[in-house]
Amino acid sequence: MVFYTSILFDAPHATKYNAQLGVYSRIRYESVMALKGNLRDFTISQLLNLINIANKSGTLVVDGSGETVSVSFRQGKLAYAQKSQEDNSLAAILYRAKKINSNQLQSIKMRGNQMNDKQLGLMLINANYLTQKEILVCLQTHYINLLSGLFTWNEGNFKFENDMPPPSDKITVHIGLENIIMEGTRRVKEWEHLQDEIPSLEIALKFADRPGTNIKNISLSVDEWRVVKYISPKNTLTQIARAAQLDDMQMRRIAYGLIQAGLVEFVRSQGVTARPTSISMSIPAANKEEQKSLINRLITRIRSL
Amino acid sequence: MQTVKMVVTGPFNAGKTEFIRSVSEIDVVSTERKITSKAEKVKASTTVAMDFGRISVDKDLVLYLFGTPGQKRFDFMWEILSEGMLGFIVMVDSTRPETFREARSILETFRAYAPTPYVVAANKQDLKDAWDLEDMRIALRLDKKVKLLPCVASQKKSVKTILLELLYSILEEMDAAK
Ligand SMILES: Nc1nc2c(ncn2[C@@H]2O[C@H](COP(=O)(O)OP(=O)(O)O)[C@@H](O)[C@H]2O)c(=O)[nH]1
Ligand SMILES: [Mg+2]
Repeated sequence: MVFYTSILFDAPHATKYNAQLGVYSRIRYESVMALKGNLRDFTISQLLNLINIANKSGTLVVDGSGETVSVSFRQGKLAYAQKSQEDNSLAAILYRAKKINSNQLQSIKMRGNQMNDKQLGLMLINANYLTQKEILVCLQTHYINLLSGLFTWNEGNFKFENDMPPPSDKITVHIGLENIIMEGTRRVKEWEHLQDEIPSLEIALKFADRPGTNIKNISLSVDEWRVVKYISPKNTLTQIARAAQLDDMQMRRIAYGLIQAGLVEFVRSQGVTARPTSISMSIPAANKEEQKSLINRLITRIRSL
Repeated sequence: MQTVKMVVTGPFNAGKTEFIRSVSEIDVVSTERKITSKAEKVKASTTVAMDFGRISVDKDLVLYLFGTPGQKRFDFMWEILSEGMLGFIVMVDSTRPETFREARSILETFRAYAPTPYVVAANKQDLKDAWDLEDMRIALRLDKKVKLLPCVASQKKSVKTILLELLYSILEEMDAAK
């Protein structure tokens, strides 16, 4: 791709293919000029390839619908990332990663305003509370997750600000982009695959009457457990995702996994419930004789085992 | 098709998976990692084994047995699982008194989620250093009214007895509620 390679090397004269005119037009790039566009036309993996190969330094700002993610690079390596709508303080990140508890978060916040992230990090290390490595690993994961999340954005205005460094009070890292690009590309493929498998989230799941033979070795993640709670023909996947606070991709992945495991099956949603009801496996409260007869059926069956 | 569930809970390594496996008609292969000495050091990304057993009663009724992950850090799942359960079984490893206190705390947590009937299974009674039931009752601070039953989770007969005792308690509770 001509556009792509030309920016790669910051060529002063680059050739861009103009789709509307169907011609290649020569455009001029100054080295100070910001790289701008929309993810529709220039994907995040193309951008990262570019930053990686050209060893770029600067900050990529991507505006999605209601969310802005800024990612800083140094010499083609990931240095820092933040989401504008999120608490990006070290304390909050450590808390979300369960490295500190809510009391500790509160007390840090209380005395905290004078202390920036670097100072807080030092304090935690000096107090032998966390090691430097633990803090860095936690931040790396956080930054990588923010950046990787961009792979599933189909749309969003981006701008690469050359020479805009990460905020000076933030702790930075140095992570090569190759693996992130590979992993992100894999995720995009997975995403496309999942959209094929589960074209709509307006369907429901039910526990399989006859779980498949591959129900062996079932091992559920924490998120999957959250979903299991809501499995019922009354709840659409959209409702479950909202209740379990999962994004579209997570919801599809989990539903697909549970189906593959033979644990659940698709059913047409019966529900018109606005709020998802969690599975009520209990016996209907109404009729006591019915309840007792149900328990007696269970007793008879278990005796016969 | 109606489904009902019972929950099997208790500390790590108490024998929950074994218990469910003994009576389930589907294979329940738990993949919970045996990190016995450092059970709490499970990484956040480690998947949690779900013990999921099934007994079909007749063509309209299925009983599910859910085993809870033992570690306290997964207790948010306990709440999820306890919703709507008929009753629960607390498994205790009779040979490991150091886990009794945790078993007691798990029991109390579940009681708080749902005031359903429960029984306590003193598991691994086949092992020679298993505690006597009477001593366990004291150590676990169980009221006389609470059913504390000897158990060998690997034996189907023993597991059946526990399930039946729980079902009898459920019936009694229904009668008592008149
Ligand atoms: N001897 C004996 N071993 C048991 C019994 N129940 C479970 N075990 C063993 O105890 C270990 C832990 O059991 P498991 O079911 O995985 O415990 P969980 O962590 O509660 O699910 C396994 O090695 C089982 O084989 C029992 O009644 N007797
Ligand atoms: Mg287990």
